[in-house]
Amino acid sequence: MKERLSVAFVAERQIPPAPPPAKTGGVVGWLRENLFSGIFNTVATLLSFAFVAYVLASVVPWLFLDSVWNASSLQECRKIDDGACLAVINERFLQFVFGFYPDGLRWRPVLAFALMFIAIWPALFASAPRKLLIFTGLYPLLAYWLIWGGSFWGPVGVLAGPVLGWACVRWLPGLMRGWLDERLVFLAAVGVGLLATVLWWLFGVTVFDDTLSAVLAVDLDSVESARLGGFLLSTIIGVSGIVGSLPVGIVLALGRQSNLLIIKACCVGFIEFIRGVPLITLLFVAWLLLAYFLPPGTEFDLILRVVIMVTAFASAYMAEVIRGGLAALPVGQYEAADSLGLDYWKSMQLIILPQALKVSIPGIVNTFIGLFKDTTLVIVIGLLDPVGLLQPIRADQNWNGIVWELYGFIALFFFIFCFAMSRYSMHLERNLDVGHR
Amino acid sequence: MKLKTTLVAATAAVAVSAAAQGATLDDVKAKGFIQCGVSTGLAGFAFTDSNGNWDGFDVTFCRATAAAVLGDANAIKFTPTTGKTRFTALASGEIDVLYRNTTWTLSRDVDLKFDFLGVNYYDGQGFMIRKDMGVASATDLNDATVCIQTGTTTELNLADFFRANNMNYDPVPIETNAEAQQKYLANACDVYTTDASGLAATRATFENPGDHIVLPEIISKEPLGPLVRHGDNAWGDIVRWVMNALIIAEEKGITAANVDSMASASTKDPEVKRLLGVEGNYGEMLGLAPDWAIHAIKTGGNYGEIFEKYIGENTAIGLSRGLNQLWTKGGILYAPPFR
Ligand SMILES: N[C@@H](CCC(=O)N[C@@H](CS)C(=O)NCC(=O)O)C(=O)O
Repeated sequence: MKERLSVAFVAERQIPPAPPPAKTGGVVGWLRENLFSGIFNTVATLLSFAFVAYVLASVVPWLFLDSVWNASSLQECRKIDDGACLAVINERFLQFVFGFYPDGLRWRPVLAFALMFIAIWPALFASAPRKLLIFTGLYPLLAYWLIWGGSFWGPVGVLAGPVLGWACVRWLPGLMRGWLDERLVFLAAVGVGLLATVLWWLFGVTVFDDTLSAVLAVDLDSVESARLGGFLLSTIIGVSGIVGSLPVGIVLALGRQSNLLIIKACCVGFIEFIRGVPLITLLFVAWLLLAYFLPPGTEFDLILRVVIMVTAFASAYMAEVIRGGLAALPVGQYEAADSLGLDYWKSMQLIILPQALKVSIPGIVNTFIGLFKDTTLVIVIGLLDPVGLLQPIRADQNWNGIVWELYGFIALFFFIFCFAMSRYSMHLERNLDVGHR
Repeated sequence: MKLKTTLVAATAAVAVSAAAQGATLDDVKAKGFIQCGVSTGLAGFAFTDSNGNWDGFDVTFCRATAAAVLGDANAIKFTPTTGKTRFTALASGEIDVLYRNTTWTLSRDVDLKFDFLGVNYYDGQGFMIRKDMGVASATDLNDATVCIQTGTTTELNLADFFRANNMNYDPVPIETNAEAQQKYLANACDVYTTDASGLAATRATFENPGDHIVLPEIISKEPLGPLVRHGDNAWGDIVRWVMNALIIAEEKGITAANVDSMASASTKDPEVKRLLGVEGNYGEMLGLAPDWAIHAIKTGGNYGEIFEKYIGENTAIGLSRGLNQLWTKGGILYAPPFR
């Protein structure tokens, strides 16, 4: 039975939730909110659409509908259709990829490139099996051997140098202990280790190589540096620069913060010197002037020289980026590390660097991308990266006058590489949750 | 300007020490290849073909040299050089010979300490403009913006020419020919000036060559030829005589096709016999094999054949022989006697 009520209406049940008005929800709502909210935005949206449509209307037919893939010269292309003459890329593709690398041996750089992904996998993704790191460590030598060829024992000999040095640092202190002042022991061991490494490289490697080759020769046809070019060259310089500059940059950044005067002065001097000189000058030095500082008759591979210069250059910038990260940490972090009784290396390794590097990720990747694009500068020293290859290709009578197709192709290559790097950096930032929320 | 002074100073310092090294021929034989400097890409003169090999007028001279010295036209390492880097590269020993549209001048010969070994192309500096500019003579170019390659003789000629005619210009300095093309086509400059051969080559690469004209004035002498470092005369002699051999071959009607039959003694001409090593020991004098000239000629034919193949009237570049005709046919191409 119902009671009489003093109010006119009472809801007896909850009104079911209605969908939001069509104007504010769904596609229409999204459009209204994001594209057409207000007069100004509406106009801007329409203009942008018009612009995109205009660009697509000319690019799509040019690139896809009217393009020519098979022709042997620009004139032939123009006769077939008036779109992009992609035949030039079709014909010169391998040249762009390998430069002048000998025909029959091209599987070697390809293999090296494929192995590179296995090598960087554990470095990039925490989910990869840790054992692979050993492969990562050995990869540079393997890649060098695959690309340049020659005797397998050469690179192995080179690797043996640092191993020897490390062995000195590891075991010499124990041997020297009773004889030397405790504080000097470590320093002396490092000195001996460095000396041993350098001496081994100067004199030991050849003997080592010759001896082992006599026992068991493992040879690949050797390929001189002048034959490397195109994307292969950019990738070699870019990847070695990237891989080398991070550790060197970290060391420099730490050195710059060090309390040891000489170390600090060296690091500051190096960083400021390198940053004060344009890369192009460094490349020039590597190309022409370095020969005068080396003993006459030394064969010092040009690409190796360039890689060293590019790495040095990027390291200086890297050091400053990482210094920014170090400076961003509150002093309390350093004090906390100290109060736990950690020594310098442990505190850096466990507490300071993980945080500082995390903060610096955008800057680090920025430097990587810059470095990768800077590899195109090697044209001034007579190495033909993709941009350098473009000029002699365009000077071929068959392809006289072709511009957009080639530049577009190279731009696409660089875009893919750089975009991948920036995506990876975002992935990393998200995973490590950098924001101090 | 400062960079340039530094570069030249470095070049000079480098040249002194490199000259002391000498014996390029031994080096080359030990290495098994010649290092040749070419341009970074100039239609007809230096370019890469569809197999990714270097080819072109200057490149073929390099190859002929390699063939003469090592018996293999591919025993060669090419280094592309810009107008600015070419001399430093040669002085430092990064290259053994420079074949890059380079003008023989006193200061380069004497001050930069190089040896020029002759002329493989007699050229002169010209101007290219867009047809619709409506200018018919270079003397009407007052206040024009001019694209000009840095580190070249053309840079200096241009200044002289405009000063002598009381005109002003706006220079747009650029590094390579490819960059110049882009700038010129993008209207960043009204005029592109360089060697007339280079202008013809550049114009041939345009989509509509007809829209551009090369003005009639030639404002300088540009004898282009190969050069090597000072102080290694034996090596210089080889490069010089390979080039001369190709010119003499044209005089004598020796071609890539008939050189073998000519050598196999069907000829009576004593100079041909000497050239092809049938008689005398001229190869030995140079430190080369007796059949060096045969190898050189087989590479790309005689001078005339090379010219016609890469830059002659039937190519897109379409240069006429002009001054570069043999002296017997009204040109000034004149090789010293082979004896
Ligand atoms: N002959 C002049 C100019 C040489 C020059 O730079 N020529 C241009 C155009 S003809 C060239 O070869 N460019 C090719 C390149 O940029 O690599 C010189 O020796 O200074």
